This record gives sequence, C-alpha cells and structure tokens, in this order.
Amino acid sequence: MKYDLVVIGGGPAGLSAANAAWEAGCRSICIVERDRELGGILNQCIHNGFGLHYFKEELTGPEYAGRFIEKIHSTGVDICLEAMALEVTPEKHVHIVSPSGGYEVLEAKAVVLTMGCRERTRGAIAIPGTRPAGVFTAGTAQRYLNMEGYLVGRRVVILGSGDIGLIMARRMSLEGAKVLACVEVMPYSGGLTRNIVQCLHDFNIPLYLSHTISDIQGKDRVERVVISEVGPDRRPIPGTEMILDCDTVLLSVGLIPENELSRSAGVQMDPRTNGPVVYENMETSIPGVFACGNVLHVHDLVDFVTAESARAGQAAAALCAGTTPSSSQIMELKNGPVVSYTVPQRIHMAADFQTVDVFFRVRAVCGKSRITVTDEAGTCLASFRRERLAPGEMENIKLPRKLLENAQGSITVSVEEDLA
Amino acid sequence: MFDVTIIGCGVIGAVLARKLSQYDLRILILERENDVAMGTTKANSAIVHAGYDPEPGTLMAKLNVQGSEQMEKLCRELDVEYRRCGSMVLAFSAEETATLKTLYDRGIKNGVKELRLLSGEEARTMEPALAETVRGALLAPTAAIVDPWGLCLAAAETAVRNGAELKRGSAVAGVEDLGNHYVVHTASGNYESRYLVNCAGVHGHEISAMVGESEWMPKHSRGEYYLLDKSSGDLVNHVIFQCPSVLGKGVLVAPTVHGNLIVGPNAEPVEDGDDRATTQSGLDQVAAFGRKSVPSVDLRQSIRNFSGVRAVTSEEDFIIRPAKNSPRMLYVCGIKSPGLSAAPAIADYALEKLKEMGLAAEKKTMWSGKRTQIRFRKLSDSEKAELVRKDPRYGRIICRCETITEGEIIAAIHSPIPPCSIDGVKRRTGAGMGRCQGGFCGPRVLKILADELGKDPMEIVQDGSATWLLMEETKGGSGK
Repeated sequence: MKYDLVVIGGGPAGLSAANAAWEAGCRSICIVERDRELGGILNQCIHNGFGLHYFKEELTGPEYAGRFIEKIHSTGVDICLEAMALEVTPEKHVHIVSPSGGYEVLEAKAVVLTMGCRERTRGAIAIPGTRPAGVFTAGTAQRYLNMEGYLVGRRVVILGSGDIGLIMARRMSLEGAKVLACVEVMPYSGGLTRNIVQCLHDFNIPLYLSHTISDIQGKDRVERVVISEVGPDRRPIPGTEMILDCDTVLLSVGLIPENELSRSAGVQMDPRTNGPVVYENMETSIPGVFACGNVLHVHDLVDFVTAESARAGQAAAALCAGTTPSSSQIMELKNGPVVSYTVPQRIHMAADFQTVDVFFRVRAVCGKSRITVTDEAGTCLASFRRERLAPGEMENIKLPRKLLENAQGSITVSVEEDLA
Repeated sequence: MFDVTIIGCGVIGAVLARKLSQYDLRILILERENDVAMGTTKANSAIVHAGYDPEPGTLMAKLNVQGSEQMEKLCRELDVEYRRCGSMVLAFSAEETATLKTLYDRGIKNGVKELRLLSGEEARTMEPALAETVRGALLAPTAAIVDPWGLCLAAAETAVRNGAELKRGSAVAGVEDLGNHYVVHTASGNYESRYLVNCAGVHGHEISAMVGESEWMPKHSRGEYYLLDKSSGDLVNHVIFQCPSVLGKGVLVAPTVHGNLIVGPNAEPVEDGDDRATTQSGLDQVAAFGRKSVPSVDLRQSIRNFSGVRAVTSEEDFIIRPAKNSPRMLYVCGIKSPGLSAAPAIADYALEKLKEMGLAAEKKTMWSGKRTQIRFRKLSDSEKAELVRKDPRYGRIICRCETITEGEIIAAIHSPIPPCSIDGVKRRTGAGMGRCQGGFCGPRVLKILADELGKDPMEIVQDGSATWLLMEETKGGSGK
C-alpha cells in the first residue's frame, strides 16, 4: 500500500497530526494503531481536567479523545486498528502486522511518529527487597481499575509523585482503598500542583518529600515496605526507616518515550528528552519523518500534545504537497543554566513560520524568575517573567520570527531566579 | 506404581526426565510449585561454562566438559535459544595473570578445547568495552549462553509428551521407605515409586532428611543480578568473567540469548534457600564489580533486578550417589555452578547410577525427543505474512517490547505443560520480559489466560500459587 502520510499511533498526538494534515489538504493518510480502538492512554484516564487550554472546558480523557475521534471519522483518513508497526525504514517504509490485514508494508512520503511513552518500572530504579506480586506501575493499575474493573489492592503506598500516581491515589481512595503515603525521592513533587492539592491534600494522604522505598517485603504478595529519608545523593539515610504495612506499591517514577522504531529508522536522538531531535516543524533528522507528543518529550498536559502534533501534521502535509521550502540555514537552540532541555532543538530559518513555540523544563524549583533568550554574541533577544517554575510543569515561550532573524549564531534559553 | 519418581522439576530434573522417557519406564515428576523452573533454574547467569573452573578429577570437571559438549545439540533438538559466544576471564594484576595460567592448565587437564591466553591489548581488540586496567585474559571459545528456563520447559514438555507424568503443586511432605518401594506423601496425594531421584535443588537436604539421611548440609549462597535493556545487549560479545574469588566465579558481564545484558552475581550466604531478595549492598557490590570489567556499563538501563540461590553444600563436588541408608534414592544434589552447563551429562550419569542401583531400563521403540516453538519475531517477513494468513491470532501483538503475538501465547497455554500464571506465560513466550516488564501486556495476558483456561480473572496469579494480582471488583464491577 502507498500513502502520502502514515501516522504511527492513534492516541491524542496521532489523531491531532492526522486531523491537521487532512485539514491542510493531505488526502492520503493512514493511522496505524496497536489497540482495538483509537484514543491511546486517554481511554483509561477517566478523571477530568483535560482540555482546559485547548477547549477552555474540563473534559475527561475519553471525552477529550472522543472529540478528535469523531473528527477523524468525518475525514477520509484510513485507520488500521490492532496494527503494530514493527519497523520503519529510512526510506519511510512502515512494516505493520494486524490480525485482519496480515503483514503489510506501507510506503509513505511522510511519517509522523506518535508512539507515546511507557512507565519506568521497579527494575529501572532498582528497589531492593523481595519480588512479590502487588508492585504495579500506576498506569497498569489504572488500566486494571478503569478498563477491566478490578481493584489491585487495599492498602497502598505510592512511590513517586508523578501525575499518574497522584491521580491513582485519589482514584483508589474513591474505590475504598487506603492510600497510606505518597513517597517522593526529590525535594519537590514531579506532578502538577493542582494534582497535589486535589488528589493528596483533599484525601489527607501524606506526601513524604526526599524519601524513598528502601525495601519491599513479602513472600507472595507485598506485605510491607520500608521508607527512608534520602540524603542529597538521593540514597537512603540509615536510621530514618519507617515501616508501612501494605499490600500494594504503585510506581509513578517517570515516563520514557518509546523510541525503538525511531532508533531503528536511524533518527537522531536527544539524550536529554529521550526523544528525537526535531526542528520547529517537528521534523526529525530524517527528512519527511516527524515526531510529536510523548514520543518526542513527556508532556504534562494533553492540550499541548494536541497543539504540537497539529504542527507536525501540517508540516507533513506541506511536505507531501511539495511546498516545503528547501532550507540550508539552521539555528540551534541550546540550554542555559537551570534549563534541562528544549523542544525544538533546531530551527530551519527558511521555513514558513511567524513564531516558534519553544517548550522546555527546568531542573529545579524556582521562585520569581526571568527566562532569557540570548544569541552567541551575548545579545538578549527576549526575556519573560514567571512567578514560579518547577520541573513537573513544562514551560512554553513564543519566539517571533523577527527576533530570530536578528540573532547571531545559535540561541540559548536560560532561567535566572530573582535574588530574594 | 511408578518406576522412577523425580522430586523437583528444575533444569536438572527436567533433563533427566527427558532422558528417562526414552526408556520403557513409568516416570513421575513432582514439583512443589505451580510451574516448572521455579527455583535456581529461573535465576542464574544462564551460562554454559567451558569447563576450566572445576578441579580436575571431580565430577564437576567431567560433567561440565561433557555437558557443555552436548548442550548445543540438545538445544537444537528442543528448539531452545543457545549461542556459543565464548568467554573471557580477566586479570587485573600480576597475581590474577598467574591465576589465568592456573585456569588454563586446569582447562587443558579437564579436556577443554581451544583455550587461549590473551594480552590485555588482544582482549580489548576483541572486546573494545573492556577496562584499560585489564592486563590479560583467558579466552574460552566453547563457552555459551542459553535460555535456562526454556531448556527446562522444553525438556519437561518432551518428557511429558513421551509419557512421563508431571504433578505440580506437589510439595513432598514425607517419604516412607517400604523396603522394595517408597510411598511419597505430597500436597496433591500419595504416590508409590520403586526409585526416587532427589533433584530438589536448594531443598535437597530436606528430602534426604525424610529418609533419615544427613550426610551433607546446605550452605546456600545467594547471588544478585542486574538485567539491562536490549539497548545495552551488545556492549560485550563474550561472557566476561573476573578471576574466581570468595565471590564464586565472580561478577560477570554477559549478553543473554534474549538480547539483554546481564551483570552479576555476588555471593552471600543465606539461611533460607527460598530467600531471593535483593539488597542495596548486594546490588551496589554487583555494580562496582561490573564497572571494573566494563566501565561503560550503564545501570540506568536496568530493567530488572533478581537474585538466585546456589545449591552449595558441605561437599565441594556435585552429590550424585545413592543415599547411604536408603539405597533406591539417588541424590542429584548440590548442583551449583556449573550445574546448568553439566545438565545433559548429569542426566546420563544419573541414569548410569540408577542402573547400578538395579533399575532395569529398556529403550522404547517409539520416542520423539524433538520439540519446536513458533517465535514470530524470529521469522522472515514472508514467513510472518504466511503465518498470519493461516492464523490471524499471530497478527495480534500482545507484548510490544518483545513482539510476542496472541497466537504464541495461546499456543503456550495449550502446550503439554500449560502455564497458570502471567510469569508462566513469560517464561514460555517472552511476553513481559522486555523493557516495560509487562506494564502494557500484563493485563492483556491475564485476560487471555482467564479466557483460555475458563477461569475468573481474579484467579490468575503473577507467578507462584499465592501471588494474587486482583483484589476485588470495582464498585461498577468488571462487567462480566
């Protein structure tokens, strides 16, 4: 089969990219989705809070996905369900397999990678102890609870204060489980402030910052965990142990973009994001291969995934239509102090854009701060004020084209906290 | 009345059962767990050692070299993953360089072929990731890596297909020696058998005690490991050992047949043979030793930690002999490293012992020792297409990380030894072995197991029979 555009993944990123490409005039599009239905992980996120930025209203995950699914069904986009992409070649041949379609090779002019991310596991963070049942990643427990209809435990300790863990603290409490504690190794939470308030404070669940689970005990099923305070090296401090009797440990200790296909295609990766290096239009180092959503960098809010993916879809449609200007001048974006990464990492200066949306995260919690954008000559091109910055909340600045045209060489995004 | 009852279905019991199933014998295998390969077999370095470690003249030396020679053919017959990747023992000092020479000489005496001593430079040319501090190495091209639980499963399945009976959930509670036969009391009932073979691994001494024997005592030794993601799987091509020390054969860094990198084990005495916990200090020790050999090993790529317990005993050598006061019980005990490597030769040797003990064994005319398994991910594109055309369930990928299909999982569930747990499916198919550790496929595998076995999802366990996963239905219910 030949398509202009193949989108790998039918979650929020893939749906937005495909919809945007269709709206931009691309008429030969295929979405490859491994699950039985479109919507991705949103289908199990039955809580509300989605869409505040994009739709200016509060939706549940399935409702948010539903709006895009409805839209895609009104287009002529082909949808392959239960179809797994096994390989993407640098020539943009996508090998897929599905029960209904068998083994197929889709030949595309453009590919948008939207495979999403996976959760870090117990093995990834090497928690010592026995290996009983009852240690779940928060997302897996969420699937059992919201999709399959089963509660995985009654007395729960949550390690990590990522958003899924916080949401699950509330969800399990509502189902009658006792959530004993949320334990975070860092001195600050990795989740959104609103989730700390609505999911922990409102349910009287203690949050232990600078603590970790130093031992998991239990023969067949989790019986108890040992919690320890950690030092600046994030290792347990002897003598600070607390024992909590519980039957379940939920892990919310970070997400990893799923880039096995990107790597096999030869896409250049950014070790800071664990995602591809992209230009302002979400194009990767392989021309015609784009990436967006959580496969590119882990987002906090699906609203930003939608916006970012629409840009990828539009750019892919432009490429298929042959309207992409050929570009030689490339501007690099660099990380200054406190900034842990930026997306995009590069800008095609010849491309057709009025502003570039730059997303980034900070390494530490900052109070009142100034975000600055400087060029190689040291000229400050722009600066932005923020009341507070935190690693758990992605930041976004807009850089107008005019401003970039005046820059000398690469540009650097930095954060400087105001002196108290 | 059974002719031979094997107690314990780890790799030693399973390979012996397959061997015995060639003969016209009624064979029973008793396993205390809900699956085979649940002890040391599922938690070890997965190495087929060349055979330069054991002291010449020991059973370990003889059976290691013989077993290593037979292993490739056995794995081919059973369609078990095996790769002869070779091994290196590293020396970091003049003293260790002398140890390499000792190992080399021992290997020659033991009959190990193709051994070579390398300079540090030569070793680094072959393995560029080795530390600059490596001064020399002993290269053993005949060493290999293998899938230990895959071997156990395949051998046990073959035995069952050839008439052996396997009873799981059958922990032995007592053994009565009635002079010409035994009565074995187990959790699943009582069984009569003319001969007993004690393959109970770290619990071997408990079985011996049931016939009043205490000729040897356990000295369990636990080893902890890191298993790294496939992205680190080709950091080294050989099994990289350090010189043997108080830590056994020392911490190794090695590829696995599944494409991962394994780092470990340390060696720590434990009281309880089932104590497979990991500890911060143990993992730190493994990390430090691993980095000494291969400084670039990146433990942030870890996908799992585990530990296994070596069946070390008060005797230096393997214990393969009849019990003194109960002459129709054969010990196949104290099978620590290189037990996996020696497994095929241990089976041959144990059969000879049983014959010496009076077992009359006639070869069957009909015996099929082969077994095959469909592995979707290993097929060519056209083979994949053909397979999905014939059975669309092979087109539904359940485990994304390892590319395991519904067809493979269902085939495993209907195999001669059906899995009854999520980890049972993992050991048979590889589903859940990858970097997400079953985060995505776990709930799906659980559902397939429940559907195929006609069970309630709440009955499906993670691994052992009491490793419950689901506690209760939610307020809205599961909708079933």
